[in-house]
Amino acid sequence: MSALVLAQAAAASTPDELKAQAGATGAGMAYGLAAIGPGIGIGYLVGQSVQAMARQPEAAGMVRTTMFLGIAFTEALALIGFVVFILLKFV
Amino acid sequence: MSDLALTSAAIDGPAPEAVLVRDMVRRGLLAAPALILVFGLIWGVDGALSTAYAIAVVLVNFALAAAILAGSARVSLALMMMGALFGYLLRLGLIFLAVWLVHDASWVELVPLGLTLIITHLGLLLWELKYVSASLAFPALKPSTASKETTSP
Repeated sequence: MSALVLAQAAAASTPDELKAQAGATGAGMAYGLAAIGPGIGIGYLVGQSVQAMARQPEAAGMVRTTMFLGIAFTEALALIGFVVFILLKFV
Repeated sequence: MSDLALTSAAIDGPAPEAVLVRDMVRRGLLAAPALILVFGLIWGVDGALSTAYAIAVVLVNFALAAAILAGSARVSLALMMMGALFGYLLRLGLIFLAVWLVHDASWVELVPLGLTLIITHLGLLLWELKYVSASLAFPALKPSTASKETTSP
């Protein structure tokens, strides 16, 4: 039923509209997928860092420094996905 | 001590994130005119304004990340974990909002804005990494020549 509705909608759309729809879908997927990976990475990174700090509190300064840089580097991946999103969506 | 008790403990001492971000902001402000000039020459005044805006977004993002981590670490390790994860979500949303609010503005060029976001973020991190000592001992910053002279016997 929903496939029929989608097919009717696709048939009713002009090529420009279809292109815009595909662009919006692609942009949304790029941003969403680009945010999931770093989210998992940051979760793992911070989890391991918290464990390290809990086990060895005297090394907390060292661990926090590495952790902060790690978070920022991981976040760069999401930022790249975001830039791809804005370029696909608005340019 | 149980794992739960360990993660509910606060971390004492100064926050290294603040030191790192202060350094990165200082370097970002130093490098900003060059990047604005280059993108201004390619994309004109709009490109220069967009580049300046993107640099500001990146620097505020770093400062916010450091503030959230340092603030939550003063309470407990568990809260710091939460602050890191929800902070990531929050900051991603704020970056989206910052770009969404201006994407229709007449002075915005999206290509230099996007490029600057990536270049500034990665560039400042790599620049900072160069000054983080190999030992990573707190405060994890490579000692400057002046501090070497004062500490050497």
